[in-house]
Amino acid sequence: MTADNFNKNDEVNSSESEIFIESEDSADDQAKQKNAVVTNNLTVYFNKRSAIEDVNVKIKKNSVTAVIGPSGCGKSTFLRSLNMMHEMTPSAKVFGEIYINGESIMNFNMVDLRKKVGMVFQKPNPFPTMSIFDNVAAGFKLNGSAGKNDLNEIVEKNLINAGLWDEVKDRLKSPAVSLSGGQQQRLCIARTIAVNPEIVLLDEPTSALDPVSSSKIEELLYNLKSEYTIIIVTHNMQQAARVSDQTAFFYLGKLIEISRTRKMFTNPKEKLTEEYITGKFG
Amino acid sequence: MIYEMYVDSSASIEKFGFGFIFSSHWEPVKEEFGALTFIYGTIVSSFMALLMSLPISIGVAIFLSELVHKSIRTSLSFLVEILAAIPSIIYGFWGIFVLAPFMRTTIQPFLQSVFGFLPFFQGTMYGTGLLTASIILAIMITPIITAITRDVLKAIPVAQKEAAFALGATRWEGIKMALLNARSGILGGAVLGLGRAIGETMAVTMVIGNKAQIKASFFEPAYTMASVIANEFAEASNEMQISALIEVGLILFGVTFLVNSMARLLIYSVTRNAQ
Amino acid sequence: MTAEKIFKNPKNLKRRKFINSLMILLCFIAAVLTILPLLYIFIYTTQSGITALNIDFFTQLPKPVGEEGGGMANAIVGSGILICLGGLIGIPIGIMSGIYIAEYSKSFLAGAIKFTTDVLSGVPSIVVGIFAYGVVVLSMQSFSAIAGGFALGILMIPTVTKITEEMLRLVPHSLREASLALGVSRWKTTVKVVLKTASSGIITGILLAIARAAGETAPLLFTAFGNSFWQTSIDQPIAALPLQIFVYAISPYEDWHRQAWAGAFVLIFMVFIVNFLVRYVTRNKFG
Repeated sequence: MTADNFNKNDEVNSSESEIFIESEDSADDQAKQKNAVVTNNLTVYFNKRSAIEDVNVKIKKNSVTAVIGPSGCGKSTFLRSLNMMHEMTPSAKVFGEIYINGESIMNFNMVDLRKKVGMVFQKPNPFPTMSIFDNVAAGFKLNGSAGKNDLNEIVEKNLINAGLWDEVKDRLKSPAVSLSGGQQQRLCIARTIAVNPEIVLLDEPTSALDPVSSSKIEELLYNLKSEYTIIIVTHNMQQAARVSDQTAFFYLGKLIEISRTRKMFTNPKEKLTEEYITGKFG
Repeated sequence: MIYEMYVDSSASIEKFGFGFIFSSHWEPVKEEFGALTFIYGTIVSSFMALLMSLPISIGVAIFLSELVHKSIRTSLSFLVEILAAIPSIIYGFWGIFVLAPFMRTTIQPFLQSVFGFLPFFQGTMYGTGLLTASIILAIMITPIITAITRDVLKAIPVAQKEAAFALGATRWEGIKMALLNARSGILGGAVLGLGRAIGETMAVTMVIGNKAQIKASFFEPAYTMASVIANEFAEASNEMQISALIEVGLILFGVTFLVNSMARLLIYSVTRNAQ
Repeated sequence: MTAEKIFKNPKNLKRRKFINSLMILLCFIAAVLTILPLLYIFIYTTQSGITALNIDFFTQLPKPVGEEGGGMANAIVGSGILICLGGLIGIPIGIMSGIYIAEYSKSFLAGAIKFTTDVLSGVPSIVVGIFAYGVVVLSMQSFSAIAGGFALGILMIPTVTKITEEMLRLVPHSLREASLALGVSRWKTTVKVVLKTASSGIITGILLAIARAAGETAPLLFTAFGNSFWQTSIDQPIAALPLQIFVYAISPYEDWHRQAWAGAFVLIFMVFIVNFLVRYVTRNKFG
């Protein structure tokens, strides 16, 4: 890194770090309070092999963070460790600390954690036995809470938020699998935000969709930002550049760089990042 | 379950000890009980059934998995499944009224005229007897062995057969190789079929003749462990007889347990490798 | 002989081709040999059964020897009661252990349950009958419908467990994750999402188990015992269709044989319908 570059970085940091990146020496507790997600030395093992190692991130409330990197670099592992999805995989072991809104996830039980940290998956996965309405209401129905009138309201509000209301309002009772792939994915987003999480994780939500559906979902993310903290894993660098405020680059299980998206794509700190973004590998 | 049966048969176990297995006296009136004839009948009828059924089952499995077009295969497989689902009482019923007379008038005279010099095929032809029971059993276990052989053959990678064909092997030679690779799985299927034959009750009871004796001839009536329980249990005259019958049941359970465990382990070993 | 010689030897090639054709022919014969008894049994039962079948068969009680007519109404009802009792015992236990094996497959206990059900499915039904005799009949001091139902229930467990396990494994993993990610607990996910998605498959499995239990005779001989009168209280001996067929079949009376054929036809028809239904449903879903 040349001295020139270094200075430039410094400048950028000084003007923008207040918003997105806490300076290193600020008090730890304060950082945890202000950020939606903080990880300290997060390490995940599958059997004896580590999938991610020593990941330290701080993610601001109401921001969109994109996670990029080549296949198998640990992006999804990172995402799934944030709502303890690894608990389903017996061979997985998670070390390090994760704080959600300042509270360690060790203090949550699984169910409460996942209500706070919702997740949307790569392939749309609506419940095939349920109608469109029931899918959006699934979080409540499966947990056996909320009355009927509340549900009507909740379903309508979240379908509107997911940009799906106009397309499905006349056939709420028809099966969810009758929707197109893109509609199904928006339905899954509606289902996730219906339980009112604070953080929404999206694991390559558009990789199974066509470009038009993808752009609708990107638009949706932009609108959702005001209410939720969003972390999105994506293979598509243009998408990361378009939708996110902050980008994290993973390579071989390590977090190489996390910085403002605009900066990352124009002037990355690390050489590896630059090579990946410019398509020299991966 | 084992414990329960052990307790209920303890009276008989105490009285007769190991002699129970080796004695061929079964006289409820005198309260003397020995299970040898039943063990003999069970083993002979089951193994004869297996002997008849195994080649046929393998043939059908090959036919289903390798030789026929898909549309025929599904309907044929369905028929074989139905064969497995027919209640055994119906097999037995059919055995009494159709198979037994047919055996008496056609098959047994034929066997006697051709192989009459062997002790197995001498004696009076009743129709019912060891041989008839074996044939019924063979028909009943064929679907089981076929189904497992078919599954095991399916687990053999297609590439292996193609490699054989590429070397100029004929169709049969390719199949033979697949069979060799699948042999322990097929053996497992056969053992499973054997287990079913050993435990089969109603059909055998109806056609085996139910006579506690050990004779060389396959035409003679015999008795199996399962059928003696079926016939005498409800009408058992005294405590000791019940106890002895339960001990027979315990032996039957032990034998089928061993046979089935063996079969399962064989089948697991093949299918696990295939995955 | 070198490889080249073996391959080019025309006699050898001829022999190999002959063996090939012969073996394929033998396989074909084997298939015919297997199908033949099936068709024979099916057609024979249908023929003898249909001619003996009439309304009386379904509505009348058995008549004493020597009198014409009568039916098996009590046996049909008895079979129904026994199957219901068996289902009450066998279906819940079967489904639960199926869930346990499929959803918690990594634990040692799940492996043990799997092995046990596999072995249990091979235990002769008559041995199960003895067990039921020991547990129920001896303690109640009487043959009874409960004992028969208990035996049938135990016989149903392996079938139901197996099919539940297989159907649950077909449910995509992503659905479980979707539900868990909504903050739904593991148990509720299993019951309300996974089990519900697999329900049609499991129902077919239950149908199969019922069809099999309906044809079971051996364990009923000394548990349900049989009864030639109306009997609906479950602590008394009760009639069952296969039991009645057995008694009639080994009797020396022509009229009883005809009745038995009618019963056999009803049984075989039911088995056929259930299997056909199962085939149809599963093909639509997974074919």
